[in-house]
Amino acid sequence: MLNIHKPGLLTTVQDPGRFGFQKYGVIVSGAMDSFALRIANVLVGNDENEAALEITLLGPEIEFTADALVSLCGGDLSPRVNGKSIRMWRPVFIEQGSVLSFGAANQGIRTYLAVAGGINVPPSLGSKSTYLRATLGGYCGRPLKTGDHVKVSSPGCLAKSLIKHLSQTLADGYAEADWAVSNMFSFPSSDRLAIRVIKGRHFDLFTLESKAAFFNEPFVITPQSDRMGYRLKGPDLGLGHPEEMLSEAVCYGTIQVPPGGQPIILLADRPATGGYPKIAEIASVDFPAIAQAKPGDHLFFELISAKQAQLLLLQKEAMLRQVKQGIQLKFREVKIDDESGFEL
Amino acid sequence: MEYSIQPLGDHAAIIELAKDPSPEVLNTISMVASALDAISPEWMIEYVPAFTTISVFYRPEKLPRAEPASPYDMVCSYLHSMLHNIKADSPSPPRVVEIPVCYGGKFGPDLPFVASYNGISEEEVVQIHSNGEYLVYMLGFAPGFPYIWGMPKVIAAPRKDSPRQQIPERSIGIAGQQTGIYSIKTPGGWRLIGRTPVDLFVPEKSPPTLLKPGDKIKFKAIGHDEYLEMRRLNHAEHS
Repeated sequence: MLNIHKPGLLTTVQDPGRFGFQKYGVIVSGAMDSFALRIANVLVGNDENEAALEITLLGPEIEFTADALVSLCGGDLSPRVNGKSIRMWRPVFIEQGSVLSFGAANQGIRTYLAVAGGINVPPSLGSKSTYLRATLGGYCGRPLKTGDHVKVSSPGCLAKSLIKHLSQTLADGYAEADWAVSNMFSFPSSDRLAIRVIKGRHFDLFTLESKAAFFNEPFVITPQSDRMGYRLKGPDLGLGHPEEMLSEAVCYGTIQVPPGGQPIILLADRPATGGYPKIAEIASVDFPAIAQAKPGDHLFFELISAKQAQLLLLQKEAMLRQVKQGIQLKFREVKIDDESGFEL
Repeated sequence: MEYSIQPLGDHAAIIELAKDPSPEVLNTISMVASALDAISPEWMIEYVPAFTTISVFYRPEKLPRAEPASPYDMVCSYLHSMLHNIKADSPSPPRVVEIPVCYGGKFGPDLPFVASYNGISEEEVVQIHSNGEYLVYMLGFAPGFPYIWGMPKVIAAPRKDSPRQQIPERSIGIAGQQTGIYSIKTPGGWRLIGRTPVDLFVPEKSPPTLLKPGDKIKFKAIGHDEYLEMRRLNHAEHS
């Protein structure tokens, strides 16, 4: 079990999302950075779609009431166990009674804590993701609070073997694996981000000046930004002829422009439908970059074709498959060692 | 069937079936939804019907590779062949859902405003609202929240200048020429005229919503006692 000593700024249970219910007006929710979530799960032997804790900017303080295998992926919020810095993107064994805490946000703003076995909360409409406004899913449908006890399911046999293996090098209440996922998944720590987009459905309805400004000028993420969306500040964008739009489906990464002229990027907690003109859609391959961006960051939008965006997405999925195979190989090596140990 | 397909980002396709909403378009959209349910391809995540469109979300990596065709090209060809096979049969008769409403009082604090704004009595507002013929166009904004078409113009009223922080679930509101039912607690600026004892969103049920696109709605005025009795029965059923 995880005892929450301090909840942090916004710590919620999230899996990749609640799919299949948008037609009923139920939003997707889910991890802001699903890619980091998936790798975090794979690193502890979980199904990649298992739920983890999404930790935002100021991390929580969590006591482990039982031995656990964990991993932290996503933004670097200076994780520590019993006061000692631990490394991310790798399995870490945490001994019963140890305390996980966080420090400064070095890079990115959201980190995922996956625990072998998964966060044990009842799924609601097929998902463990927290839908805050409807108090649905997650831990009682809300962010974690001081004094909460979050249950963890029992780890699988591969994770158990790794726990056994790592416990041999235990010191100060934890033990890190000596291998990690390559840092090819880290993102630039710059506050100037190039974000690839494809044309939105209503791109051609915008004025020439708006279309030029969208790609030539930076847009700053304002503090009025959350899991639902980021409000941007930049040159005013407008339609050539004002038009009443009918509500229709929107996506993670849809950039819509309300009549005020300042764009909004829709994210994990977006509504299922929206009625503002869509100037662009962020390419899936850059979802992690936008999920880890923070207020004050400057975004530079780069146009790519839908075809290119899909090619990049397929390449990234292929890379993830390779990483998964690599991790599973590591797990099996440990398991074989473990079993041959029994024979001796 | 006339339609166009466009990409919506790199993992969805939007099928547009008309420029303006109408009961006919609504019927076509539900036929497309049924067809998608029937074939339910492995690459499809879900679909989202709206006023004149239906969007299909998919996983590009789940589609068979067929260079130089992109996953989007593949989805389009699947959708084209599916859409060509849909027969424009006569619309099935709509389901009529009766929604009891306790109008006015603490449940409808804006009923006096709606009445005076339109220069009629509160009783007339209730009478007109509960005698209207309504059609559910789509669900959205919140779980189970119906976009309803068909409210008589004579009881239209503008939104509040500053929205209420919290509107109780099951409140019936008016905004411009639209009427709607708040399915969950949410901030909102609609003028509240009453409340229904019936839940619009119950996540434990399948489907989780009371209404679906294409439903006809009849509002029925009920008294406060009847409201409380229905709530009591509702609680008993769920616990």
